[in-house]
Amino acid sequence: MSTDLTDSQVQAATAMSGAVIVPGPKWTGALKLIGPAAVFGLFFGIWYLAHHLVLSAPKQPLLPEPHDVLRESFLTWNIERGSAGSRTGGGLVKLLDGLWNSVQVAGIGLGIAIVIGFALATLMSQATWLQNALWPFLIAVQATPILVFVPLFATVIGPNFRSRVLVCILISIFPIVANTLFGLLSVDRGYHELMTLNGASRWTRLVKLQFPAAMPSIFTGLQISAGLSVVGAVVGDFFFRQGEPGLGRLVNLYQNSTAYEQMYGAAIMSALLGIVVFVFFGWLGNRVVGSWHEKRTG
Amino acid sequence: MTVSRTSSDEPRRTAAHALEFDNLSMVFPDGTHALDNVSISIDRGEFVTVVGPSGCGKSTLLRIASGLETHTGGQCNVDRDSIGYVFQDATLLPWRSVRRNVELIGELHGESSSAMAARVDESLALVNLDEHEDKYPRQLSGGMRMRASLARSLVLQPDVFLFDEPFGALDEISRERLNDELLSLFKAKNFAGLFITHSIAEAVFLSTRVLVMSARPGRIVADYEVPFAYPREPDLRYEAAFAELSGKISHDLRGAHP
Repeated sequence: MSTDLTDSQVQAATAMSGAVIVPGPKWTGALKLIGPAAVFGLFFGIWYLAHHLVLSAPKQPLLPEPHDVLRESFLTWNIERGSAGSRTGGGLVKLLDGLWNSVQVAGIGLGIAIVIGFALATLMSQATWLQNALWPFLIAVQATPILVFVPLFATVIGPNFRSRVLVCILISIFPIVANTLFGLLSVDRGYHELMTLNGASRWTRLVKLQFPAAMPSIFTGLQISAGLSVVGAVVGDFFFRQGEPGLGRLVNLYQNSTAYEQMYGAAIMSALLGIVVFVFFGWLGNRVVGSWHEKRTG
Repeated sequence: MTVSRTSSDEPRRTAAHALEFDNLSMVFPDGTHALDNVSISIDRGEFVTVVGPSGCGKSTLLRIASGLETHTGGQCNVDRDSIGYVFQDATLLPWRSVRRNVELIGELHGESSSAMAARVDESLALVNLDEHEDKYPRQLSGGMRMRASLARSLVLQPDVFLFDEPFGALDEISRERLNDELLSLFKAKNFAGLFITHSIAEAVFLSTRVLVMSARPGRIVADYEVPFAYPREPDLRYEAAFAELSGKISHDLRGAHP
């Protein structure tokens, strides 16, 4: 037997040993994914177990298996009402309609909350008396469970788009005000003195110092508020029970007609919307302040 | 514009010196008596350092000169439009590059980037930061941040420089290097300098005059001319005459403690 190795054998051996010794970064990258994947895997595992082992046969339809939810809600385009015994219809197209409706409510609600919240925080940063006057009211709005407004708005404004947007504004405005104000007011004294020494006006101080300094906390507030605006859109919708159906109302409708695959589909779609919004604002914050702000992660 | 502030109805005087404190007193609203009858005058080409125990009112002197505080007695004469103030911290805006930070003060006085470009270049070169002008403050060492802060004050080419323990937070090596650089700046620009520090060696090395201030209420208790000619070499710190003067100041300083 020859001990000489051919070139290709050497290459193969090097490549293999190389593959074994492959440097750390790739591994830690993989490990970062393995953790979350394992947790999601565990979640769906428990879901399957609950379906097969915990629920008795008559109750099994209450918690359909994940792959059935996936097939009925996301892989089927459209189930016409009345077809195959379905009382409400279903399929991806209905989910997307609901999603679009909720996105509009959350988006407009969040947009208005950002404008009003930002303006309030800026005003409050300029005058202590205004801060003292407005703060208790904002706390009161924040502390009131949002659902108590639903019957009020449904009666006074009607169970329409405007009411839904209003719920979204109320639920998402507080973190914007609180975080923006905190950011504007926590600029170190040394920086303020630098501005004072060089004759900076209130406005210059606000634009050149306070707003940029507040950006990291403004984005923290935005991220929280964006998540809340999705909660507001879906939950408000769920309880209004009338009007153009968003994701919340779809959950409600499917539940009432025992279309459980569809119901879980709508719930998962709401979760996806919340996740996308949260990740988007985190990414945006990093884009805007990541170059100079050290503490930002995710 | 020359600001001449008096606490009483004394007539305004024009400043004969770049910076002049005349019988200056300061009592804060809470009753703290910070300064008592302090008289100092500083001309261009003079570098005066005040040493004194912690909390003796040294920094208050600078805050009064710059207008951040208003004194309660005596007079302070200085052209407030021609003051450079270097803080204890570099106070660089973290979202601006070094160059944009150096532009800040000019910008606050209504100058455009292009109008001050040449002076910004010169300032950055004087503090040896011209290679680093695009970096953000977080990418700089403590010494480099302080240099950027110096460069920022240089852009408006002030006649009077106030330094509030600017190198106190730096390690010994960076501190000595910055002392050397500050001296070359002083020689290049010939400003009137008022420097506050805890370090006697730093005071003697930099200054034309060293003043010793007592514990609160701050008074000037000793006044030393520093005889060493400029340019001063780093090794001056280890010469006998340097040690002797430092020893005298240290002695006075101990006497200044309550």
